[in-house]
Amino acid sequence: MESHDLDLDHDSVYDGLLGGDPSQWAFGTDFEDPLAGVDTTIPAGVDGATLAAYCLMLGDDALVYAHRLSEWTSNAPDLEDDIALANIALDLLGQARLLLARAAAADAGVVPGLPEGSPVPAEDALAFFRDELAFRNVRFVEAVNGDFAVTIARLLLFATHRLALLQGLVPSVDPVLAAIAAKGVKEVTYHRDYAARWFVTLAQGTDESRRRLLAGLQTVWPTYAELFRCSDVEAVAARQAFGVDPRVLEPEVDAVVDHVLATSGLERPDLPPSGTRPLGREGQHTEAMGHLLAELQVVARAHPMGKW
Amino acid sequence: MSALAVAATVTDPEMPMLTLVDLGVLRDVAEDGEHVTVTITPTYSGCPAMATMRDDLRHALHTAGYADVDVRVSLSPAWSSDWITERGRRKLKAHGLSAPGPAPTGPIPLTLVPTRRAIDCPRCGSAAVRLTSEFGPTACKALYQCTDCLEPFEHVKEI
Ligand SMILES: [Zn+2]
Repeated sequence: MESHDLDLDHDSVYDGLLGGDPSQWAFGTDFEDPLAGVDTTIPAGVDGATLAAYCLMLGDDALVYAHRLSEWTSNAPDLEDDIALANIALDLLGQARLLLARAAAADAGVVPGLPEGSPVPAEDALAFFRDELAFRNVRFVEAVNGDFAVTIARLLLFATHRLALLQGLVPSVDPVLAAIAAKGVKEVTYHRDYAARWFVTLAQGTDESRRRLLAGLQTVWPTYAELFRCSDVEAVAARQAFGVDPRVLEPEVDAVVDHVLATSGLERPDLPPSGTRPLGREGQHTEAMGHLLAELQVVARAHPMGKW
Repeated sequence: MSALAVAATVTDPEMPMLTLVDLGVLRDVAEDGEHVTVTITPTYSGCPAMATMRDDLRHALHTAGYADVDVRVSLSPAWSSDWITERGRRKLKAHGLSAPGPAPTGPIPLTLVPTRRAIDCPRCGSAAVRLTSEFGPTACKALYQCTDCLEPFEHVKEI
């Protein structure tokens, strides 16, 4: 029998899986900085701690929503939508990874401490080892999915908002944030189209699909306003020209949402916004967030050295 | 062989008929004495193939005798499907995949009807094709079916 050196024979995709060290694979094989080689110097006039706090907000929105959307995997109404929602979640997870890595590079102080010798990279430490109070995502993204119609209503509002936000970040004075945003714009364009088409389809489908869509829209609508509330961090980010004041996005986002509603033959729900402060941005979350984080973090927290 | 020539042989882990050059992902290979710096750009933010690409580049260069290899990421300008080379497009077609049309530019319209693309079935050449899903098995592909020969096929998306 001949023996093969697997390291020299990379024909199978599985050969590289263990990365030469079969003991460490709890976090996948990609321990390298997703910003390897990218110049992460903080630009003049930008406060590093505020830049990090701002990137955590945008990264946490993407991470938490990606987790919610990934719950549809193997549960969507049909295979195509299963694949679509998983792909959207993957795009957002990629954006989250870059944004959390950018936060860590701007201010290492935001990264939770791990035991010495842990191979867990900074962006994973931020995702898996921060407590609920340290998460800065809007509450809008942490709510439970509900049925497919609720999911489509939420995805339409989220993707429309995020597309406007990322477009607003393309001229950011932080070239890293600008590059992450420019890349994300291309991806979220597909997300928004997907959600908008399903929204119109459900609205114009059967009585039952329209009833469910209306119920879904009413479920998510009260928290929609939170996307346009400006926290102190975002105000400074806008002043220092590396971020966007969420209030300026509202007319643009509203115009797209109103267009989809009009095409669907629906009116804006007549429901007051829930609360007036950006509570999620201040680390105050709803009960759903604790359950979400428990599932997201449990494996990593049990194995901080990346081994089992 | 030059470091560039070696790096140019490395293929995409998910579409192995394409080299990283065909895909437009290999941005730069710089040799400085013993040291080689390779720059690649991700196709999508969440592209899970980046780690494998990096490992494969390192492995190919090490095997060719380059001991000191650094693989870097470039995020800007963002990858565009326009960067897939003519040779890459021919190879996609030869393997039953449909190549992307021109990437969109300018203001981003909301499209409430399914994207219409002027594409032909890679198997029989018919223009009678039907979009089955705007999202496919990997981030970069949509799913189509030819309504003449009935063959399902993947279309690399414009981005
Ligand atoms: Zn055909």
